Amino acid sequence: MSIFVNKNSRLLVQGITGHEGSFHARQCINYGTNVVAGVTPGKGGQFMDDVPVFNTVQDGVAETGADCSLIFVPPVFAADAILEAADSGIGVIVAITEGIPIMDMLKVRNSLAGKKCRLIGPNCPGIITPGQFKAGIMPGQIHKPGSIGVISRSGTLTFEVVNQLSLRNIGQSTCLGIGGDPVVGTDFIDCLAAFEEDSETKGIVMVGEIGGSAEEEAAAFVRDSMTKPVVGFVAGLTAPPGRRMGHAGAIVSGGSGTAESKIEVMKECGLHVCEDLGRLGEFCEEVF
Amino acid sequence: MKIHEYQAKKLFGKYRIPVPRGSVAAYSDEAVRIAQELSGFPVVVKAQIHAGGRGRGGGIRLAASSDEVRFVADEMIGMNLITRQTGSAGRLVRKVLVEEGLTIVREFYLSILVDRASAGIMVMASSAGGVNIEETAARTPENIIKVFINPLGGLQPYHCRQAGFGLGLDGSALKQFMTLLASLYRLFVDYDCSLVEINPLVMTADGRLMAVDAKVDVDGNALFRQKEIGTFFDENEVDPLEVEAEKYQLKYINLGGTIGNLVNGAGLAMATMDIIKTSGALPANFLDVGGGASAEMVEHGLRIILSDTHVKGILINIFGGILRCDVLAEGVVRAAGKTGINVPVVIRMEGTNVKQGRRILTESGLNFMTATDLRDAAEKVALIAGN
Repeated sequence: MSIFVNKNSRLLVQGITGHEGSFHARQCINYGTNVVAGVTPGKGGQFMDDVPVFNTVQDGVAETGADCSLIFVPPVFAADAILEAADSGIGVIVAITEGIPIMDMLKVRNSLAGKKCRLIGPNCPGIITPGQFKAGIMPGQIHKPGSIGVISRSGTLTFEVVNQLSLRNIGQSTCLGIGGDPVVGTDFIDCLAAFEEDSETKGIVMVGEIGGSAEEEAAAFVRDSMTKPVVGFVAGLTAPPGRRMGHAGAIVSGGSGTAESKIEVMKECGLHVCEDLGRLGEFCEEVF
Repeated sequence: MKIHEYQAKKLFGKYRIPVPRGSVAAYSDEAVRIAQELSGFPVVVKAQIHAGGRGRGGGIRLAASSDEVRFVADEMIGMNLITRQTGSAGRLVRKVLVEEGLTIVREFYLSILVDRASAGIMVMASSAGGVNIEETAARTPENIIKVFINPLGGLQPYHCRQAGFGLGLDGSALKQFMTLLASLYRLFVDYDCSLVEINPLVMTADGRLMAVDAKVDVDGNALFRQKEIGTFFDENEVDPLEVEAEKYQLKYINLGGTIGNLVNGAGLAMATMDIIKTSGALPANFLDVGGGASAEMVEHGLRIILSDTHVKGILINIFGGILRCDVLAEGVVRAAGKTGINVPVVIRMEGTNVKQGRRILTESGLNFMTATDLRDAAEKVALIAGN
């Protein structure tokens, strides 16, 4: 089992003929992902290797039954691409694109509210259910099938964590990056709730970073609604104040954006907090 | 991206948000001429730097005559202004804004910002104007009015009424406030702002509501469609190394420590800075070379780190996914050849083509310390830092 995606998922890649889109689509195929369609407006009827390319997501879904989409289109067109996927009946939308204007994301988030689809990202490495399905840019070979869920706001930091787990024979049920932007489609709590429901997942590693209050809210959720053990890590203890958090934004979170305060709240809520990234694998071995 | 107060007030003018009359000057002669064209003395002279807290630092002063304007402007232009936001180094003042003096009867705080928790836009107002809003939030949070707006529907008159009545306004003042807030909201959306702030928003003795200060921050991701804002960029306000880094799509922030670091990915970069601190040293910088860095980008990154003379050693930490380890190694070797790295370098890499990468480093004959994992890297950093 897994969360959000599995071996039966059918992937459509938006921006499949671009430089990044084609490279990563091939990587996903090599990993064993069922890539059924690609979309590039104006290139409908062509093929990327053996994958049929369509002009619109709607056409791609109608012809191939795709239910998951992976987005590589540039920031200028990304909001449009996400909304197109949502309106075409795609269930899980994974947006890799970095640099989407926040005003666009505010509109996307509010447009998706109440719709039956899940947006993961943007500005994220994607999602992988090891051994079954990969929709993202993570190096597949470092993952190992197993029973630990991994959630993170970062890309390469997630790879670091997963690598340490795999080296210690701790396999993963599903690993996903929720994205480093201020406004993202799926938050920690959505993932924690899904992992709690997933019978194959025995524990979760949650990797946070400074800014906002998503970690604090997730920690409260763990305290109130979860039975499975959760390991927490927060990056950015040495980050200078004010450089990433906006002046007035700091008030909204009431001083809760720092790594210290996040770690403190996690501990209070009963998470197993690891403060040394170099020992995270070892730490997880003890907890799980 | 931050812009200057005088630039923000130009935008306010376009949206008919009332601001005091005045203009910007780079020389005292110019400042005097502007003052003489206003409706009389005193006038206000305001230092133009990208930092708050100017008043307490001596960056906002009254002048009662042309001679005083000349004196104040001469003193301010070229001064190194230190405020609670500039750090001890301060910021060089290059321009001053000269504005008419006003008789003020009330001061308010008003801002519009992106609220990440509700994925919406928030209006924040307080009847304690002129005060640092963080102080109000800490002391009397009940004095802050928050109005949440769904960006799809946009600002409605009832939002403005909630904020206006909340501030205790009525009659003409309420009408002026509602018009002003509606204009400010349009400006916020039209210019892809992440924050607009008026502190203080004032009521003058003759009953006019006016923005005495103006702060506008624009979402850096939206600059591709905000050409006008792009022209407001003032590279004097940014660390020259950050400007240099941006040319090569590198994200660099100087942090003042002694151990430089080069990492791919922002999260791993922050975690690497933390590891340097745990090792007993302080990070000299944050440097994210991104997921798809080329050998050339790595080379420029190293050059930028080395141009900071405080750097005593460097930690390179790469988890190769898209960025392959052999590409990284080539960049490091090339940079060493060109810039002559004269400090110890610890390299930790993992992921795609790691064996080829390690071989390139070994065969280069250069003196690098390779670390097998993060713990090993931390120990080696501690060793360098101890020297």
